[in-house]
Amino acid sequence: MEYMNKSLKEIHEALKNGNVTSADLIKESLEKSHQLQDKCNAFVTILDEAKPCEVTDDILSGIPYGVKDNYSTKGVLSTGSSNTLKDYVPFFTATAISNLQKHGAVMVNKTVLDEFGMGGTGTTGHTGIVKNPWDTSRMCAGSSAGSAAAVAAGVYPYATGSDTGDSIRKPAAYCGIVGYKPTYGMISRYGLFPFASSLDHCGVLARSVEDAALVTDAMKGQDHNDMTSWDSKDINLYQSLSADVKGKKLCYIKEICDIAMYPDAKPELKEHLANFRQVLQKCRDLGMKIEEVSVDHKLLEAMPSVYVVISCAEATSNMSNLTGFIFGPRADGEKYDEEMKNYRTKGFSPLIKRRFVIGSYVLQAQNKERYFHNAQRVRRLLVDKWNELFKTYDAVILPVGSGTAKPLAGSADMLDKRTQALEDHLQIGNFGGFPSITIPDGFISNLPVALNITGKCYDDINVLNIAYALEASMDYKGQTVGEVK
Amino acid sequence: MKYKVLIGLEMHCEISETNTKVFSSAPNEYTDKPNTNIRPVDMAFPGTLPVVNKAAVKKALMASMILHCQQPEYIYFERKNYYYPDLPKGFQITQETKPAPVGIYGKLKFDVNGEEKEVRINNLHLEEDAASADHYGRISKINYNRAGVPLLELVTEPDLHTADEAVAFLETMRSIYQYAGISEADSKKGQIRCDVNVSIMDSNQDETNPANWGTKIEIKNVNSFGGVRDAINYEIERQTDLKENGQYAEMQQHTRRWDEESGTTIFMRSKVDAIDYKYFVEPNIPKIKLDKNWLEQIRQEIPALASERKETYINEYGITNYDATILVKEKAVADFYEETISLGADPKSASNWVTTNLLGSLNKLDLTIKEIALTPAMLVELINLVDTKEISSKQAKEVFAHCLTSGQTPKEVVKEKGLIQMSDTGEIVRIANEVLDEHPDVIEQYKKGRTNVVDFLVGQIMKKTRGTANPTIARSTMAEEIAKR
Repeated sequence: MEYMNKSLKEIHEALKNGNVTSADLIKESLEKSHQLQDKCNAFVTILDEAKPCEVTDDILSGIPYGVKDNYSTKGVLSTGSSNTLKDYVPFFTATAISNLQKHGAVMVNKTVLDEFGMGGTGTTGHTGIVKNPWDTSRMCAGSSAGSAAAVAAGVYPYATGSDTGDSIRKPAAYCGIVGYKPTYGMISRYGLFPFASSLDHCGVLARSVEDAALVTDAMKGQDHNDMTSWDSKDINLYQSLSADVKGKKLCYIKEICDIAMYPDAKPELKEHLANFRQVLQKCRDLGMKIEEVSVDHKLLEAMPSVYVVISCAEATSNMSNLTGFIFGPRADGEKYDEEMKNYRTKGFSPLIKRRFVIGSYVLQAQNKERYFHNAQRVRRLLVDKWNELFKTYDAVILPVGSGTAKPLAGSADMLDKRTQALEDHLQIGNFGGFPSITIPDGFISNLPVALNITGKCYDDINVLNIAYALEASMDYKGQTVGEVK
Repeated sequence: MKYKVLIGLEMHCEISETNTKVFSSAPNEYTDKPNTNIRPVDMAFPGTLPVVNKAAVKKALMASMILHCQQPEYIYFERKNYYYPDLPKGFQITQETKPAPVGIYGKLKFDVNGEEKEVRINNLHLEEDAASADHYGRISKINYNRAGVPLLELVTEPDLHTADEAVAFLETMRSIYQYAGISEADSKKGQIRCDVNVSIMDSNQDETNPANWGTKIEIKNVNSFGGVRDAINYEIERQTDLKENGQYAEMQQHTRRWDEESGTTIFMRSKVDAIDYKYFVEPNIPKIKLDKNWLEQIRQEIPALASERKETYINEYGITNYDATILVKEKAVADFYEETISLGADPKSASNWVTTNLLGSLNKLDLTIKEIALTPAMLVELINLVDTKEISSKQAKEVFAHCLTSGQTPKEVVKEKGLIQMSDTGEIVRIANEVLDEHPDVIEQYKKGRTNVVDFLVGQIMKKTRGTANPTIARSTMAEEIAKR
């Protein structure tokens, strides 16, 4: 009997009824971890020594889960998937993870990410490429690649992720699962290795909206170690779940969703957008109002540049602590500056170094106004635009990406300008700190595709409810990877 | 004077009077055993976040108010990015002029040898100190106790004209920091560090027009007031020589370093080599709105500063301006003095004791008032012993010297040393006659009109009583008794 491919509530019931023990679950999860490791290379560390946890009335108790390797975990290797921290064993645990531990959750592995979360392919971690379990010739997207692969493959019901541009929601889409990042500050970032602090969110990858709500309830909470965290004790996401969404108003953006915007659209894109239209009809059937809105194309086009400028600027500063003096493998050198240089030159991948160069460039005195400050202004314009939409609409609903997971060979990091807004609109959720959830909404050529729902800050309940109702009207809830091609 | 000197100061002073560091919960005690007062954030372990210490902000705002600066509506912090082994994060959290720091555009009146001067304050900002490093040939040792200690940086306009003025200003600031309970402001502990800007211009030109100013030379890291004086005087001389030799116009704006050993300033870097610190707003600290009521409360809590206390001493206690100036120079001394009075001592006697005996002894023993065992209560007891004639003032000095470091009370010392003053007239009469019996020759001289021999005879009484006889009573008794012979 398998349990790790089931929902949290089902597993919890089995534990309570004595059908299975926490130790059995850990054994199953570890076995599947090793199988998936061979197939997809999803993990930095598999905790073969993981200890069972007492089963209480807490739904998470005794159940295995995975942790993205950019969360600090006491006594457990935490690399950020970077050579610069390849031997780093922290002496403190991230608040979000210690919150899960308090609920009795059992960490069984640490998952691979793009180095420090700075990538969208799952191919830049120091332990190698993460393959998509639906089709191992394809990527998972990133950066929470290992977490997405593992949850999709049924290694456990959920894993933690982090999201700076779309790092939870894009891999969730490519792996046919749910990816949720709550409002900025709902989950403490203390102990999350930073990429771009003003954009970084903690969140969860799971196989249902309900599980995502349960896990987020456990992870969240104000933390005196994170000044940007806020008090959400009056919010209980799981208990607030309701499929009654009658009268909710959603909008989608013409410039992103209209097939007429893509004159050379490939069949896959056509199918993806057509599928999205059908899902919109499902929304209407649920009693929601759906309207098309128009957003200045110029504003949408500016989005990726805004993201690059702000995220690279913050990243170059955030990662200046990586010198090899206090932690990480210390480099040789005649003097301290040489040691630092050698450590960083050797430790970081070329992609990251490129981003550091961009980050330094846009912050230089002579460039700061033109790049960094302008990017912040456009960020504000975008956020204002979305907040304006939220005055009329409960949420914005959009398709995720231009289709299914991309092949690993060839196309990595190639930008197609025409579909850029479609690929990158999830970044708006990070610019504004908005609650944002991706759920699977169909298959194209046996590979999953997804949609995203984003709402206004602190309105997580509403966003989850819309996703919850919509999920129930489709057939993808709780799905794990079937037969791989 | 052919040239006018313009001096501006950047004064860094650690805020020593908070329990914890400015963005960390580690104790603010960096003189403790090295590397004991540290939290993960002080060594920039991945995932750690800064948390603003409200007490440090409060003290910074109080300083801002005392300096008549404007306080901002919101508090922001900025990152100043640079690499150095004593800076674990690779950036310092500080404040810039835009957005406004804790204080901008203030002014301070201060006294230079009895003459009142005013200096404009450009800004005052709150930041964190770096770790301290000691360099030994091929190795360096870093002490992270100091990393994150709150630091106030004050920047003046170039309104000072002589080394005396600069030092008087710094002494006034030190007094303010001490009196306001912001800092011990002890330059011996490295709590005060200064950068000095010096330029010279032709005397006949208008100094209010910056176009007439000379070339600004910044001298870094001057760590004592004596050093500030010497560095300024050296630099004035150096720049004057350049003017006289016609080389001044060639001199580019640059930064120099004060070399204490040689007593000279040494070229460090030119303006073109200035470091670009790539400032940007610290994203992990949300902007903090300053509550008007809180600001008002801080304003109310500003304690009486040196100038105010001095007035009280002169006007209410009848202390001379000279003594009052001495009493308020160090807050700890003024506090000691005031406590002595509050315990019932006569203000004038207390002033005499403190200004002459106490400060004289401290100076001689190279001690601070905090390092001695003598308490205000003990001084009051001593003054009372003299007032009630139980001991002579000569004895009192001996007792004082003993109490200063022993921790014994004056009464204990008097008892132990048998110092009680003999005021028993009958006993003194007996001793006087004993002395007279032993010196019939002296009585003869007295009878011949040499009345000054009484001095000798009183001396003999004092000798016999080992100085314990009340000298006034001894004198009158001897005069009476010799007259009877």
